[in-house]
Amino acid sequence: MDFDLSEEQRLLRDSVDRMIDDAYGNFEMRGSYMTEPRGFAEPLWARYAELGLLGLPFAEADGGFGGGPVETMLVMEAVGRGLALEPYLATVILGGGFVRLGGTAAQKQRIIPRIADGSLRLAFAHGEPQARYDLADVATTARETGAGFVLDGAKTLALHGDSADLLVISARIRGERRARDGIALFLVNADAPGLARRGYRTQDGQRAAEVTLSDVRVPADGAIGVPGEALALIEQVVDIALAAVSAEAVGAMQALHTMTVEYLKTRKQFGVPIGSFQALQHRAADMLVALEQARSMAMYAAMMADAPDATERHAAIAAAKVQVNDSARMIGQAAIQLHGGIAMTRDYKAGHYFKRLTMIESLFGDTDHHLRTVAAGEGLIEAV
Amino acid sequence: MDLRFTPEEIAFRREVRAFLRREIPSDIRRRLSEGRHLSKQDMVTCHRILNARGWAVPHWPREWGGQDWSPVLHYILQEEIQRAAVPPPLPFNVSMVGPVIAQFGNEAQKRRFLPATANIDMWWCQGFSEPGAGSDLASLRTRAERDGDHYVVNGQKTWTTLAQHADWIFCLVRTNREAKKQEGISFLLIDMATPGITVRPIITIDGAHEVNEVFFDDVRVPIENLVGEENKGWDYAKFLLGNERTGIARIGLSKERITRAKQLARATPAGDGTLWDDPDFRKRVALIEVQLKALEITQMRVVAGARGRSAGKPDPNSSILKIKGSELQQATTELLKDIAGPYGLPAADGHDGANEPPVGPDWAAFAAAMYFNYRKVSIYGGSNEIQRNIIAKAFLGL
Ligand SMILES: Cc1cc2nc3c(=O)[nH]c(=O)nc-3n(C[C@H](O)[C@H](O)[C@H](O)COP(=O)(O)OP(=O)(O)OC[C@H]3O[C@@H](n4cnc5c(N)ncnc54)[C@H](O)[C@@H]3O)c2cc1C
Repeated sequence: MDFDLSEEQRLLRDSVDRMIDDAYGNFEMRGSYMTEPRGFAEPLWARYAELGLLGLPFAEADGGFGGGPVETMLVMEAVGRGLALEPYLATVILGGGFVRLGGTAAQKQRIIPRIADGSLRLAFAHGEPQARYDLADVATTARETGAGFVLDGAKTLALHGDSADLLVISARIRGERRARDGIALFLVNADAPGLARRGYRTQDGQRAAEVTLSDVRVPADGAIGVPGEALALIEQVVDIALAAVSAEAVGAMQALHTMTVEYLKTRKQFGVPIGSFQALQHRAADMLVALEQARSMAMYAAMMADAPDATERHAAIAAAKVQVNDSARMIGQAAIQLHGGIAMTRDYKAGHYFKRLTMIESLFGDTDHHLRTVAAGEGLIEAV
Repeated sequence: MDLRFTPEEIAFRREVRAFLRREIPSDIRRRLSEGRHLSKQDMVTCHRILNARGWAVPHWPREWGGQDWSPVLHYILQEEIQRAAVPPPLPFNVSMVGPVIAQFGNEAQKRRFLPATANIDMWWCQGFSEPGAGSDLASLRTRAERDGDHYVVNGQKTWTTLAQHADWIFCLVRTNREAKKQEGISFLLIDMATPGITVRPIITIDGAHEVNEVFFDDVRVPIENLVGEENKGWDYAKFLLGNERTGIARIGLSKERITRAKQLARATPAGDGTLWDDPDFRKRVALIEVQLKALEITQMRVVAGARGRSAGKPDPNSSILKIKGSELQQATTELLKDIAGPYGLPAADGHDGANEPPVGPDWAAFAAAMYFNYRKVSIYGGSNEIQRNIIAKAFLGL
């Protein structure tokens, strides 16, 4: 067993950390990026490209850098620490993940180099108003015609869907609304006729979009994988995304814990630093316990993200999300409490970590949802 | 021992319930229930409807509009107001400055302030906390110096709730810098229109404008606005905070949220049915209800015990009520946010500057905002850590 990073991984981490610190070290800058039309700063996206981060998880043969889940983890931790606004998850992990794992050679050739150089942004439009956290719940339809497919339906909460150039959209070609069989994935240009988007800000300062589809025509070569059999790929990519957001959450929790401990050392009441009160010391110590539990599970998630056995992978990722959610809620709430009133204000960074962590909790399944997955299997402890 | 309400109490509850549903605009109740922010006018309207019925200040002395009620009736009224999602009479007026003036003010002050305070012709805000004086309130530094028949006030208050609506502020100010810190504080009433006062908004994490900073720059306050004796303000503040803490369990509010949570869960699709069909979800709601029932009975024990106790003396149990009551209020906002699930993600209309029409069910975005906002209840009114210190020191002798 080896938890050490390789020399290259260390270099990657250092360069990502530096970029995020440069961009987000001054918290007021984040507020100004948010007011950009796309909700993030274009020049920063170019920096991601220059550092090779946008091509990171793709094979070198496809125009990427051949990084694995550990490399993604390092990037996402920094993203979490900086509360970065760029659509890395949406473009590289989700959208890019579908192309990487399910795309044809032609699709890869067409798309991956442009993701890597920063000229193409993707989003995943899958969730639907009735679906809650059930990935198989797809009511949007795809009708097959001679020339390809026609899509009709409504998608909700597509992360960064408003600024994406290319959408990965799920739709059903056959079966009941919640059937595992019958789901297909399509690559659709954002400006396709019949596709309408409404973008909005999310509670954590990011962006998402509602996407409606009426008579949207997709050529036959716009499908990803075998139409009707896409759910397994969706589950795989979402698991990879969950591993990534677990790392992001750890980055955010780490930063929030650090700033809380720092505050305990500097804020004085009753003539002493409030960190001298044992009640607060214990709470800060419990936060560290929660943080390290989450960190361990984020590592476990990274390790299992490309496990060959889908059932095993799915249970492991669900387990990681349960722990990360639990720690995120505990650390978020405790951080606000230990700061007192100051953390309730919008101008102070702690509340923004709390909000991002809260949103991560319900991203691709809340605690109940994932706990059910863990409980439905054999659990995590092998019989001996 | 009989934990049941008497027939008179039950009849009173019915009367209150019917009155609130009939008289308070249902649109205001709905908006409050959904966690939207009410306008000043909404709050004033409701306050005045209650005052006209004699229900804004029933706990005040009779001659100033109070009722000769048992503590149980007071509790029933408060609970029904909360359960009906009616904005309560402004606590700064009715639970804080009013009782202090009634108890410690002189006749002229009572005549000048009490009727206007009861009817919210004067909107009060609370100027206690300062940037350096939160939990350690007695270390406050805003100072008032005598100059003829005026005090000249300089300094800064913060976290001042709804100061943007206020006509008056009641302040703790330092009048003696030599004395021990608790013994140099006075309780001063200040007209917000006095030159030298600046109110600056603080926007909270849910995007709301609920609190403010208030700056005092050579503000001249007539000495007749001093309540009670100079340098005795700390005693009055303790009296006031004791009143604040008993109301803070807000059991009716948590009941209202749980009722709403059940309704929303029944309307929220999940799997082949609704969220309410999920036994795990129902167990979670049940657990909150169990704890709330326990707290309700604890509250009733405190209420019943209050009979005959000298007015204004804080009951030791108020710390228990504050801790558990705030935790349950937070648990219910957590529950609502979790019901909203993915739809908690979009920013609420008008929050964080996102003036866009709602996405998903229109209550959902406010659920997350309310969850964020309610982290405050374990911080203000004496933080839960401070309450535990009180229990440990004052009652357990540790
Ligand atoms: C939304 C909101 C509205 C408010 N409205 C008003 C208002 O209208 N008027 C007004 O005057 N004030 C108001 N307050 C202020 C409120 O009363 C203070 O926030 C509160 O007293 C805590 O002070 P602080 O924020 O400075 O935190 P601090 O006192 O700095 O506390 C920070 C942390 O240290 C802990 N701590 C402090 N001392 C101890 C100790 N001895 N032992 C253990 N732990 C300790 C606290 O519990 C907290 O966790 C409001 C606050 C909020 C958040």
